[in-house]
Amino acid sequence: MLTATELTCSRGERRLFDGLDFALEAGEWLHVKGENGSGKTTLLRTLVGLSPPDAGRTTWRGVDIRDDLQGYRRDLVYLGHPAALKDDLTPLENLRLALATDGVAASCEALGSALERVRLEDHKDLPARYLSAGQKRRVLLARLLLRRVDLWVLDEPFASLDAPAVDLLGTLLQRHLECGGVAVVTSHQPVPLAAGVEIAL
Amino acid sequence: MTALLSVQTHLPASSPATVQPSTAAAGPALVALRRDLLLAARHRSEVLTALTFFVVVTSLFPIGIGPEPELLRRIGPGALWVGALLATLLGLPRLFAADHADGTLEQMALSPRSFTLQIAGKVAAHWLLCGLPLVLLAPLLGLQFGLDGDVLGVLVVSLLLGTPLLSLIGSIGAALTLGVRGGGVLLALLVLPLFIPALVFGAGAVEAQASGLGVRGHLSVLGAMLVLALFFAPWATTAALRIAME
Repeated sequence: MLTATELTCSRGERRLFDGLDFALEAGEWLHVKGENGSGKTTLLRTLVGLSPPDAGRTTWRGVDIRDDLQGYRRDLVYLGHPAALKDDLTPLENLRLALATDGVAASCEALGSALERVRLEDHKDLPARYLSAGQKRRVLLARLLLRRVDLWVLDEPFASLDAPAVDLLGTLLQRHLECGGVAVVTSHQPVPLAAGVEIAL
Repeated sequence: MTALLSVQTHLPASSPATVQPSTAAAGPALVALRRDLLLAARHRSEVLTALTFFVVVTSLFPIGIGPEPELLRRIGPGALWVGALLATLLGLPRLFAADHADGTLEQMALSPRSFTLQIAGKVAAHWLLCGLPLVLLAPLLGLQFGLDGDVLGVLVVSLLLGTPLLSLIGSIGAALTLGVRGGGVLLALLVLPLFIPALVFGAGAVEAQASGLGVRGHLSVLGAMLVLALFFAPWATTAALRIAME
């Protein structure tokens, strides 16, 4: 479903990767490995269409993503390094706004039960500034629960999560793949999933 | 298609499956507008800064010049307009900075909905929070300069047309200088010259009224510039933001 052909990216003068190829079918996931600064985030941002590659192309369901960005973005959730949370708003408000930005309306019960699954039900009315880094990341996991799409692009999703949250994300990823989804994940930690396609940058 | 269907069963059976892409959901511009208003409500001091600045700066002129009604009446329109212009400029560096830093801007750009409309919503919020209070306060401050009632009326109309224009032009500058070190100064240097036409026709309209000439020409030009900016500024801002995020 997701393929990259001859992707080349550089940052400033430095070539990060050159002629990168991979193809993911439904139910497969890509584990992007590499040292800090090796270009993992750049690869992910290129795949989601935020940064254009120097050369090469990315296709989704056989269509170049640049030809149908709107359709591609309907199928995509990207969780980047910054948590995209507003410190002054509560997790509940943050979640509702994140979904509204994507054009998805969610009922209060759906939002509440998603926050319950990531164990934030006691904090849902607390401004996000009082949450720890791990708790902020868990709000993002709630987003994965509520937006049902086929492509997940996750940048270090396991960073600062505690053991139960790691398990939860593992389960979510597992189910996502079983349902025919595709995932691209960068992680320094071991990912609790059957080994997928691997790329080392 | 099968993949799409199977993903429908994604949620565990226990959680209510009430989430659906809704056509009834508010438009992208409205979502962005409401979010910025909500954030401003939690953080009122930022809104008051620009307003206080406007009040203080325009009050300094009568204090500094002293009781010379003729002179004050002459410089009043210009001073009020310059004050409004600088007050607008004050909040501009923060227009996209916070959203850029916390990743919200990326998420907006990756949303399946129109990024341009979302940005238009943000600019509308900026005007409601910064421009509109200036418009409402201007007649009161105009009294300090001894401006007459009909002149104050024209002042309000000219600011009503002019402040959204300033917000729209300013948003392009804010997007272009996003992430640039020392962006605040650069933003002022970039945007202030672009504010000059608005200043000329805005303050010009008020002066024309004060000296008994027709104001229609000035206001028409101001209105035309606003319409042009409404069409092109969100688009230019979006393009600049996409480059800033690369």
